[in-house]
Amino acid sequence: MYEYNQFDHDFVRNRVREFRAQVERRLDGSLTEDEFKPLRLMNGLYLQLHAYMLRVAVPYGTLNSRQMNQLAYISEKWDKGYGHFTTRQNIQYNWPKLKDVPDILDALADVEMHAIQTSGNCVRNVTADHFAGAAADEIEDPRPTAELLRQWSMDHPEFQFLPRKFKIAITGAPNDRAVTKAHDIGLRMVRNENDEPGYEVIVGGGLGRTPMVGKVARDFLPKADLLPYVEAILQVYNLNGRRDNKFKARIKILVHETGIETLREMIEEVFETQKALHIPPSEEMVKAIEAQFQPPEFDAGPVDEEKLAAAIESDPLFKSFMETNVHEHFDPNHAIVTISLKPIGGTPGDATADQMRVMANLAEAYAYDELRVSHEQNIILPHVRRDDLPEVFERLREAGLATANVGLITDMIACPGMDYCALATARSIPVAQEISNAFEDIKAQHDIGPLKIKISGCINACGHHHVGHIGILGLDKAGVESYQITLGGDGTETATIGERAGPGFSYEEIVPAIQRIVERYVEIREGVDETFLETYRRVGAEPFKNALYPETV
Amino acid sequence: MSIIVRDDGFHKDSWEADGGLFIDLEKFGQDVASKAPDKTALDIPNDVSAHSLTGLFNNVAMIRIPFPSFADGRGFSIAKQLRQIGYEGRLRAFGHVIADQYGFARTCGFDEVEISEELAERQPQEQWLARLPKDNLSYQKKLLAEREMRNA
Repeated sequence: MYEYNQFDHDFVRNRVREFRAQVERRLDGSLTEDEFKPLRLMNGLYLQLHAYMLRVAVPYGTLNSRQMNQLAYISEKWDKGYGHFTTRQNIQYNWPKLKDVPDILDALADVEMHAIQTSGNCVRNVTADHFAGAAADEIEDPRPTAELLRQWSMDHPEFQFLPRKFKIAITGAPNDRAVTKAHDIGLRMVRNENDEPGYEVIVGGGLGRTPMVGKVARDFLPKADLLPYVEAILQVYNLNGRRDNKFKARIKILVHETGIETLREMIEEVFETQKALHIPPSEEMVKAIEAQFQPPEFDAGPVDEEKLAAAIESDPLFKSFMETNVHEHFDPNHAIVTISLKPIGGTPGDATADQMRVMANLAEAYAYDELRVSHEQNIILPHVRRDDLPEVFERLREAGLATANVGLITDMIACPGMDYCALATARSIPVAQEISNAFEDIKAQHDIGPLKIKISGCINACGHHHVGHIGILGLDKAGVESYQITLGGDGTETATIGERAGPGFSYEEIVPAIQRIVERYVEIREGVDETFLETYRRVGAEPFKNALYPETV
Repeated sequence: MSIIVRDDGFHKDSWEADGGLFIDLEKFGQDVASKAPDKTALDIPNDVSAHSLTGLFNNVAMIRIPFPSFADGRGFSIAKQLRQIGYEGRLRAFGHVIADQYGFARTCGFDEVEISEELAERQPQEQWLARLPKDNLSYQKKLLAEREMRNA
C-alpha cells in the first residue's frame, strides 16, 4: 500500500500546523465563526448535535495494522473508546474536544493519515472498490488512480470553495462495488479496442434529496488525460454550479439543468486548454505510485483443503460465515474476508478500540498487514490464506466480530441519524437495531438471501436509502418521526433509484412493515435462488404495496 | 480606505490617488476611448466568462474580481482562466477574502488582494504573510506542472 514520501509528510504536518493556528485564531477573534466553519470542515471537524465530530480520511478505504492500532489509540485517548466507520470509507469520532483536535491530527500524521477534505465544499476523500487489489473479477487495481486523485485534490487552490461538496469514486471491476453511478464523478477502469487502459467517466450522479443516476461524459478517457479532464469538470462546475440554493448546488443539478450534451462540450473545451497548458504527471511518477500497490508476495504453499473442509463440516456457524463473509480472491490460495460491523442489535459501523486492535492483529498475522473499510460499513481482510480461515473466524468470534450476515438483511447501512447528527429529522440507528433484532436468526437470514436495507435519518440520504433494495427514509412530520419506504433501489453497475412505496410509517410501525415486505417476498419468489431484487424486478411494486397497505386492498 | 495585501505585506491602496479609475465592465464600452490604459482598472462581475474579455486585455492595466463572500470560489477559476488565456496585467481580488485563502489566490493568478480596514484589523499582516503560496508543498505543481508558454 501507499507509503508517504518526504513531500507527503511535510504536506500533512504543515496542514496540522495551519489548523492549529486556525483554532487559535478562532479563539482570539481573528476568524469569525462563519469564517472558521469551512476551515474546520475541510479539516474534517463538524459540529454535531451534542459535540464536535472528527471525520478521518481512510483514502480509498485502505489501512495497515499500524494505522488501525492508531485509530484505536486515538479513540481511547481523546474519545470514548470507539469509532464509527462510514459509508465514505472513513472513520468518525463522535466526542473529540476542539482543543484536542490538532493533537489528534498530529497523531494521525504519525501514521501517514489525515482528516483533510473529509468535509466542506471541496473534493472529498476519493473512494474505491473495497475489494480492490484482491477481487477475482478485477481488471485493474483502481487505487493508484485514487491515490493520484487524492494528491491532486489536496489543497487544490482553485477548488476549495466549490458550490457544494464533490465526491469521486472509482472501480476497476465490472461488478461495481463502489456505487460509481451515484457520485459527482464516477470512474470505471476500462480498455479501448486497442487494449489501452482508460476510464469511462460518469458525472452528475448523487443521492440526497434529488437522487440521480450519473451520466456518461466520456466513454473512454485515456489514462494520461485523467487529471486535465477532471480539472476541466471541476472548473466548469466551480464557475457554473448554482450558488443560490444549497439544495441545488451539486453538479447533478448542473448536469440536469444544462443537459449532458452541452455540459460535455463545455468540459471538452476547458479540457483542451488544460491539456495544452499542463504537463500531465510523468510516467515515472505514475509508475512510482503504482509500484506501491503491487500485491504482496503471496504464500504459494499448498492449501490444506481438508482442514478447511473439516472446519466447515464441524461448525455450522463457520459454514454460514464462509457462505456470506468470504469472497473469491484472484489468487486461488487466498480469500477475501469481510468482518461484519453489524452485530445483531448493534450500531452499524461501530467498532470499539479493542475490536480495532483485534482486526489490526489479524491483518498483521493473516492478511499481509492489509485492511479495507467498505462503504457498507464493514472491514475487509483482503488476502487471507484459505486454510487460515478457521483460525481467523475463531479469533473474530472471540471478539464478537464473526456475525455471518454480509450481504444479508441485517447487514444494513444506517446513517448516524438523530442520535448524533444535527441535520437528522429522525432516528436511524435504533431502527436498524430493531430490524436487526427482528431478523436475528442467522439461518432465517440465509434463507431470505441477499437483501440490502439502507436507512437515512433525513432527506440528505447519507444512509444511501435510494439505492437500498429496501430503503428507509426517516422524516419529521409535524414533530413525529415518519418513515418512508422505497423499493427496488440498486447501487451497482445496474444502478437504479428506488421507488416510493406509499405513505410513511410511524416509528412503531416501521419494523412490522419491513417484516411484511420480507414475508411477501418469501411467499412469491420463484425458488430460493431468486433474490429479493430479482423478484421485485419480475413482479414490480404492487405485491409489496399490498403487503404494506393491506387496508387499501 | 481599502488595504492591499501583497507578498511583502499591507499597503494603502494608491490606485485612485495616483489617478487610476475603476470602470465597471458594463460601462466600459462608453468610456474606454477617453481613458489611458495604464490608468484603467476593469471591474468585472464574478459570473463573467473570462474568454469574453480577451479583446480588452490591452486596454486595461488591472482587472478586479469581486469576492462577495469568501465561500464563493468562482473568482479563483476566473483568475486562473484569465491567466491561461494570456492576460498578463495586474489582477486583484476584491472583497471578502480571508488570510487563509491568500495562497490560493496567488496560486490562481492574483497579484494582490484588496480588503476592508475592518478585516485588516481583525486579520493583521502576519496572518497573511503566514499564508504565502508554498510551491514546495503543492501537489498540483508537482502533478500538473505548467508548460513554459512564453518562451517562444
